[in-house]
Amino acid sequence: MLRFIFKRVLWMIPALFAVSFLAFVLIQLPPGDFVTNYVATLAASNEIIDQNAADALRERFGLGEPMLLQYGKWIWGILVHGDFGTSFEWQQPVGDLVWERMALTLTLTLSTLVATWAIALPIGIFSAVRKYTIGDYIVTSISFFGLAIPSFLLALVLMYIAVVIFGQDVSGLFSDEYQNAPWTWAKVADLIHHLWIPVIILAVSGTASLIRVMRANLLDELNKPYVTTARAKGLSEFRLLMKYPVRIALNPFISTIAWLLPNLVSGSIVVAVVLNLPTAAPLLLQSLLAQDMYLAGAFVLLICTLTLIGSLVSDILLAIADPRIRLE
Amino acid sequence: MSETGQNPNKSAKTRAEPVLEVRDLVTHFPVRTGVVKAVDGVSFKVYPGQTLCIVGESGSGKSVTARSILQIVDAPGRIVSGQMIFRRADGSTVDLVKLGDRGREIRRIRGNDIAMIFQEPMSSLSPVHTIGDQIIEVLRLHLGLSKTAARARAIELLAEVEIPTPEKAIDRYTFEFSGGMRQRAMIAMSLACDPRLLIADEPTTALDVTTQAEVLDLIKRLQDRHGSAVIFITHDMGVVAEIADDVLVMYRGRVMEQGNVDTIFHHPSDDYTRGLIDSVTRLQRRSDLRAARAPVPADRPPVLEVKNLSMDFEALRAVNDVSFEVRPGETLGIVGESGSGKTTMGRCIVRLLDPTSGEIRYRKPDGEVIDLVTAHGPALKDMRREVRMIFQDPFGSLNPRMTVAQIIGEPLLVNGIARGRELDERVSHLMEQVGLEPAWRERYPHAFSGGQRQRIGVARAVALQPKVIVADEATSALDASLRFQVLDLLLKLQDELGLAYVFISHDIGVIRYLCDRVGVMYRGKLVEVGETEQVVTAPNHAYTKALISAVPWPDPNRRGIHKRHRYVEQV
Repeated sequence: MLRFIFKRVLWMIPALFAVSFLAFVLIQLPPGDFVTNYVATLAASNEIIDQNAADALRERFGLGEPMLLQYGKWIWGILVHGDFGTSFEWQQPVGDLVWERMALTLTLTLSTLVATWAIALPIGIFSAVRKYTIGDYIVTSISFFGLAIPSFLLALVLMYIAVVIFGQDVSGLFSDEYQNAPWTWAKVADLIHHLWIPVIILAVSGTASLIRVMRANLLDELNKPYVTTARAKGLSEFRLLMKYPVRIALNPFISTIAWLLPNLVSGSIVVAVVLNLPTAAPLLLQSLLAQDMYLAGAFVLLICTLTLIGSLVSDILLAIADPRIRLE
Repeated sequence: MSETGQNPNKSAKTRAEPVLEVRDLVTHFPVRTGVVKAVDGVSFKVYPGQTLCIVGESGSGKSVTARSILQIVDAPGRIVSGQMIFRRADGSTVDLVKLGDRGREIRRIRGNDIAMIFQEPMSSLSPVHTIGDQIIEVLRLHLGLSKTAARARAIELLAEVEIPTPEKAIDRYTFEFSGGMRQRAMIAMSLACDPRLLIADEPTTALDVTTQAEVLDLIKRLQDRHGSAVIFITHDMGVVAEIADDVLVMYRGRVMEQGNVDTIFHHPSDDYTRGLIDSVTRLQRRSDLRAARAPVPADRPPVLEVKNLSMDFEALRAVNDVSFEVRPGETLGIVGESGSGKTTMGRCIVRLLDPTSGEIRYRKPDGEVIDLVTAHGPALKDMRREVRMIFQDPFGSLNPRMTVAQIIGEPLLVNGIARGRELDERVSHLMEQVGLEPAWRERYPHAFSGGQRQRIGVARAVALQPKVIVADEATSALDASLRFQVLDLLLKLQDELGLAYVFISHDIGVIRYLCDRVGVMYRGKLVEVGETEQVVTAPNHAYTKALISAVPWPDPNRRGIHKRHRYVEQV
């Protein structure tokens, strides 16, 4: 097992290099660069920057240098100083910008995850055990609705309800007075007060698909001979259900951890933009639009690292959960 | 250990009170098109210390009967009527039908008073829980033992079913055990609470004959020690003759006949029973078709000559230096247990696998000899027309989305031999040849029974007029009565087309019926080859002796697998 983990970690290094290079190239591929974008944005508000000023900016950002050299400098900075560069647009170190948002992103994603699993797994189990009953049909119909409704629509509807019926402030994760305040219990309460809307919106679509997956997984297991064996032993239906088929039907969910982690950064962009949430996703989107390449590069690198770590973690957890899987 | 044939209980005229008395049990499966009467008015009694065998072919309702007793019939099945009077150790009785399938009372009986062993020891145990976990669970549930006490008892139980190093085995998972060991663990689990009645549903069907003999021995020994009653469900009349005190013959949910094992075997009164016994005793000798035929001349040049064939899978040598020959019109049987390399060997001959070394010399009809091991390009393509294969699984080996005509015609079509009207005619002719109505040509495989599907597989194999057919367990998935029809069909086609067969099987009876000569494989090696009759009656190799003596003989007067030879490989 340790050998396996060591080998996998070692393999991550070339993978990360390859991806970081690719990301760097891809970000630069669209015509123009940050300065062209910047000039265009200013031009939209009737501010004209002459060619000399633009060139001076390029000079300052080092955009005129060959791409390989830029990449080399960037990677060298990360490896040696832990410095991810400076965001052109924000004029702040990229590291600070990203970490600032990660804490809240993590809170939101984990709450969503807990909510999704807590709702979906019991309903999925119910729906499989009571296959083709009224209850199953009702749950199935609801979950298809959940699948079909686009999340931004749900976001708008919930915002409307929250504002009009509850008179709540729905934008962002904090009320204005707590926006820049230090962490207190009152601020946490304010956060929870704001968190429920995005959590519900994100959980609805996740729940719907998870119910279907759980139902299908469990249906495969329910008729297996080992379930009959357990029944013949005299276990109660609930106990045997939880111990045997549900336990095995849950295994596939462990693999989903692999794409759960990268979703921390890039998932739920639409909802975050609609609700104006201070999470990582809108920042990533903005950095790509502005060709703010060090910020975008840092995000892509982060997503990639999380993907690799996520799949390693899920592989290890799978091996622990299912003795049939051997990692050698 | 007492001789099973002289069970003291049996000779005694007055039997003890029955452990279980089933009266007019009816279990139905409501389906879209109506109701399947899986069990239709079945009655029987089981006595302490005695074994009742319920025997029947697939679909006879024997398994559903067993499951009805514990109220664990799979949905949508349900018990419609009848009584199942179970007598507890203290003499009190309870009607299991009245308990329903969910209540606390029936759950207290399951696993405690009545325990069950299932057919597939791999899938009948949870793959992600240790053996110990699954045994300890029963002990804690019914006997209320503490964790440590239950664990100690589980180790004792594993020792009782003769699992080596039980204190280590208890923490192992099922997939770390061989089939026989898994079934032992299953038996240990069922005996955990010392049940009054043990129901065994085809517990040895998935096992090799030598392992089967060990498991049967074990059940018998434990039954003698604990005095339990046993209901043993099987389709194998040899096993019935070996272990039964009483026999119940089922067909389509009804009891055709029941009685003492001697009566059933020697004086059956029902036609169905007679047919069943007959289909088994016929396997005790050569087929009439072959007994009447003159032997294949020994000087006829072999159509297939295998020389020093080996096949490695990484470190494992699955086929180890195997040599034999087959002459035209001759059937060579290859017998062996699972893992002996017989299937791998068969697949090498048809080049589904590329052998590691050796030669497979095939003599074409024009006299030219080619080596199938090194054949490639057009020579390999030709060879695939002339050396064909029949597979074991009549369900999995036919594409469910193709009609019968397409399946049988496909080899003719892809080899560019026939098309259009000519193809239709040849397919019709092939269907007639294997005993299928040409009018069924547009049907899909699911519309056919197992026996008919295997006929389709045979028709596909002979479509290209091959010279050699490798049949891998071609009749193993079929019921005894159907097995004969397919075996006789193979013999008929052999005479019509001058075919040579390499017939791979684990079933000595089938080999004896069909084959002129037989080779015995053990751990990749061909340990013995000879005339079938000689190998079966007077084997030379110690392993063959062990194998033959482990086969239960379908005659209750000739019980003897517990006196069998045991083979220990000399290292």
